[in-house]
Amino acid sequence: MSSQGIILADLDGDRTWRLADYVKRGGYEALKKIIAEKIPADEIIGEVKKSGLRGRGGAGFPTGLKWSFMPRAFPGAKYLACNSDEGEPGTFKDRDILRYNPHTVIEGMIIAGYAMGCERGYNYIHGEIFEVYDRFEEALAEAREAGLLGRNILGSDFSFDLFAHHGYGAYICGEETALLESIEGKKGQPRFKPPFPASFGLYGKPTTINNTETFASIPYIIREGGDAFLALGKPNNGGTKLFSVSGHVNKPGNYEIPLGTPFSVLLEMAGGIRGGRKLKAVIPGGSSAPVLPGAVMMDCTMDYDSISKAGSMLGSGAVIVMDESTCMVKALERLSYFYFEESCGQCTPCREGTGWLYRVVHRIENGLGRPDDLDLLNSVTANIMGRTICALGDAASMPVQSFVKHFGDEFAFHIEHKKCLVPPQVQYEGSKIYVA
Amino acid sequence: MLEIEIDGKQLQVSDGSTVMEAAATVGAYVPHFCYHKKLSIAANCRMCLVQVEKAPKPLPACATPVTNGMKVWTHSEQAVKAQKGVMEFLLINHPLDCPVCDQGGECQLQDLSVGYGGAQSRYEEEKRVVGNKNLGPLVSTDMTRCINCTRCVRFTTEIAGLMELGQAFRGEHAEIMPFVEKTVDSELSGNIIDLCPVGALTSKPFRFAARAWEMSRRKSISPHDSLGSNLIVQVKHDVVKRVLPLENEAVNECWLSDKDRFSYEGLNGEDRLKRPMVKQGGAWIETDWQTAMDYVVRGLKGIRADHGPESIGALGSPHSTLEELFLLQSVVRGLGSGNVDFRLRQSDFSADGRMKGAPWLGMSVSEIAGLDRLLIVGSFFRKDHPLVAQRVRQAVKKGLKVSAINPAFDDWQFALQNQLCVSPSEMSAALAKVLKALVEQGSAALSPEFQALVDSVQVDEQALAIARSLGSGRRVAVWMGNYAVQHQDGVALHALASEIARLSGGRFGVLGEAANSVGGYLAGAVPFGAVSGKNASEMLSTPLKAYVLLGIEPEFDLRDAVAARKAFGAAEMVVMLSAFKFEEALGYADVMLPVSPFTETGGAFVNCEGRTQSFHPVVKNTGDSRPAWKVLRVLGEALGLGNFDYESVDAVRAQILGASGSVDPFRLSNDIDIEPLNPAGVSQGLQRVADIPIHFADPLVRRSAPLQATKDSEAPFARISPATLKTLGLNAGDKVVVRSVSGSATVVVSEDEGVAAGCVRLAAAHSSTWALGSLNGEVSVERI
Repeated sequence: MSSQGIILADLDGDRTWRLADYVKRGGYEALKKIIAEKIPADEIIGEVKKSGLRGRGGAGFPTGLKWSFMPRAFPGAKYLACNSDEGEPGTFKDRDILRYNPHTVIEGMIIAGYAMGCERGYNYIHGEIFEVYDRFEEALAEAREAGLLGRNILGSDFSFDLFAHHGYGAYICGEETALLESIEGKKGQPRFKPPFPASFGLYGKPTTINNTETFASIPYIIREGGDAFLALGKPNNGGTKLFSVSGHVNKPGNYEIPLGTPFSVLLEMAGGIRGGRKLKAVIPGGSSAPVLPGAVMMDCTMDYDSISKAGSMLGSGAVIVMDESTCMVKALERLSYFYFEESCGQCTPCREGTGWLYRVVHRIENGLGRPDDLDLLNSVTANIMGRTICALGDAASMPVQSFVKHFGDEFAFHIEHKKCLVPPQVQYEGSKIYVA
Repeated sequence: MLEIEIDGKQLQVSDGSTVMEAAATVGAYVPHFCYHKKLSIAANCRMCLVQVEKAPKPLPACATPVTNGMKVWTHSEQAVKAQKGVMEFLLINHPLDCPVCDQGGECQLQDLSVGYGGAQSRYEEEKRVVGNKNLGPLVSTDMTRCINCTRCVRFTTEIAGLMELGQAFRGEHAEIMPFVEKTVDSELSGNIIDLCPVGALTSKPFRFAARAWEMSRRKSISPHDSLGSNLIVQVKHDVVKRVLPLENEAVNECWLSDKDRFSYEGLNGEDRLKRPMVKQGGAWIETDWQTAMDYVVRGLKGIRADHGPESIGALGSPHSTLEELFLLQSVVRGLGSGNVDFRLRQSDFSADGRMKGAPWLGMSVSEIAGLDRLLIVGSFFRKDHPLVAQRVRQAVKKGLKVSAINPAFDDWQFALQNQLCVSPSEMSAALAKVLKALVEQGSAALSPEFQALVDSVQVDEQALAIARSLGSGRRVAVWMGNYAVQHQDGVALHALASEIARLSGGRFGVLGEAANSVGGYLAGAVPFGAVSGKNASEMLSTPLKAYVLLGIEPEFDLRDAVAARKAFGAAEMVVMLSAFKFEEALGYADVMLPVSPFTETGGAFVNCEGRTQSFHPVVKNTGDSRPAWKVLRVLGEALGLGNFDYESVDAVRAQILGASGSVDPFRLSNDIDIEPLNPAGVSQGLQRVADIPIHFADPLVRRSAPLQATKDSEAPFARISPATLKTLGLNAGDKVVVRSVSGSATVVVSEDEGVAAGCVRLAAAHSSTWALGSLNGEVSVERI
């Protein structure tokens, strides 16, 4: 964990997740300022817009704009939801935020509730992280005790309560409408949109869903101003961002850096490639982002625009680094298996197509590939993409398309020679785990 | 209105329409599986993807709302490519076992695969296999064929009102299944067979009985409940193979109750009566029509000569056609008697002669959708009127508030705003309380006949809540259920409910027990009017010398089976016109004449809303059986009664309804000249509440083996509320003897919170309970 930013800054001490420690770091000042100065909701949303903060969950939608979609004069309940259902392979940032700095998320959500007129929020925490859930519950209890949550916060007439909801570990529940279904106690399956959650969300009421890291950025924006946050990054890519660097690097972990930092710098922070090998490929934004060849990646800066221009997505900021010992067919097989297992089964192309993709990649990896299999993969992914209810179909297809596009020769070699282009011994030395 | 263009055609559609609905209006067919006009939108099959201008990707027509100026192409290259892509996905795991699939020939997937599927599959991996589920005796499963469209899931949740199916597991492992160890027990369950677009859910009774293209489709009308669902009867080699709904938005929409759909299984059982039979010297012999008719004519003439015409009476089933009931009463009146009735389970006939017309629903069933307040009095509503209840369920979702006053409640699968549970003897007082509360709200003046009764009661909170509910409505209805009509104070309940409707500015209606509960009045099959006589109750309590019974199984279809058996046993002659050889009746009947069930005869039923629905025979006569209208016509002529020379069933109908063939509205009325109502005493003893379970209600449905295997056909329990169980010192599961003044029944006790205190709910129309006699009155319960 390393930070040049705001969320993971100053977390080197002991028990940094405690309320007292958070307050020492300037915590809840933003909230106190809002309450004391009675800052109007519009002004807060304006500040968030000014900051250039974009959704940190993967889609990168401007947060201020999203907040402004919430109907103002809606009679009755409105809800806020935090998406901590971090299930994307390669992503492990939200759990660290909740583990070491839960109060910044709580403060961010209280401010969001204030700005959008919600009296109730839920934090949906991924089902496979237990201690984090417990720690967040402890933080909620501390906040309630201190009068920061509940009725009449800090003596004002603003009330907001926040609850943690522990999921069961399904990847699909990270899709915002599936997350809402899951909170409602139903099977986690995405809803057809429109209507969007801002008009028909949790229990049919207007609802805003943001990522954990997004909420965690809010207190800084209010405390220091939107401009200050924007200045941390670069235009249209305001602020700092957490990157979960994993794979063949010496120091895998979470790194908070200003958006716009060159990839090479991030790689260096993570200790460079293990064993001094060459960089082969990088998935820059979580497993559903298209893979980029190492050379392309070395020219990118870590921000939404640069990565998008290079043909991939910044996504959730999960940087999966693969060196030359990687068999790209094996890597894709593992990814495709993930999407096959995590498809919710609701709509046809994804339910049937993800299994088909996995089986074709699986047979190529196992020496049973056929000459036209690459065309078949491209055709099946084309039939899935853009035809499904949610983005999981696209997420399953993009890795396949990009692996075949950038590393087609490796797949062709597999099909023709019924073995890996990368010799098994090299693969083993790279991973020390895998034996081909 | 929005202006849009579909496939180059300009059209105007209303706000909020979907592209699918708009396309239908210009005749552009968009292929689909999960979309169904009566169900919520799921958009999960993705087959209806169409191209929309400015949209970057194809959009599902079923879920895309129309916007002004939208341009849609349903069959453009982009659209068809998307549709074909989806079809390929649907087929990769589908077994393609059409040659052995019951759905073959009427399968949406099969049909659409012709247009959108490839000649050969690109998928050569192993296919998915899904284990079959036990959904009960009506629906057969082949779940490997399932395409997960979730129509069945949405049907049980939204239309039938209880989620009995769901999609378990994820992704490729997703399966449609009932809850663990449960079956689908809804009385509307058969509709999921129609809804399933593939062969995953098929009819269990019909399984492998015929191919869809081998059968002819013939229209008919259901002879069971008072709705008169429209049927398609499918026939092969003159045998009814299955029954499907004939879509009629005004009546049954596209649904059927299981009773309507599967009762045909009872048509051709072993006890089907195929030849006339007469009893000679205590032994039954089969004979020909001539001999049997001679026997009947001689017998009736003799009895008339010896004991006078008033010693002859006839009882007709309310499931008989209009023409049959008319000719039955014509024969009786021709003989000079007025003893004819079709209200077999009714006990209060004090309104006879004071009714202004035939009691009916007071509105059309399609008007239910517009109601905002409804009071239902004395009804086992969901099971007695499955599809009317379904309409109410949909209306409740749109804001209809329903209140009910009953001695026993089941779960109706929709929310009741007020639920007033009182014992049978307190029902009129309960209605009087509501009436009093309405008067106190000051909407209109009370008719003086009710004053004494209203003065005798105190308004309580529940009555006030119902009155407030009705008073706040703009389109209000008050309905009498079958239980209220059969109640010992039926006329008082009718008058009170009608007055409640009047004071709340609403309409009053009678739901009606059977397919021809309205028609029986119009046919004159009642002991008042031209020649008056004894009603159904009196004919049993003061025995006659001769009885003619049309379509009646006395132990199950009459109010008091014990009195009936006594009366019939003492009579000189009992003539039964029936489609079935009733085992019990062999003891006391003298002649059994085989008449046609609804599939073999023509005629008409008048349903609860006064709609005349005629039908033709769909198969030939079985054995020597003949349509009852012909038998009665010949009987009338043979008796020398004159005016029986009808050449067709249509001519008989014209005699009843006039040339128009439909009911003159003025002949329908729920008004009665009432006499002042006085408070009735409240019974102190344990009272019986008898329901007529859905699959026990008439002789045909009682013979349908698959329906008799459903949960609804379980042997009756003595259902008692927990508090009353405690006072009686009984526990659920105890075996008890229930005793009435007429006899006793041995049954098992079950705890039922829906039953009023001091009552035992014990179903009638079953072999284990007919010996109790009357449907109501006091009983005792004793553990054995």
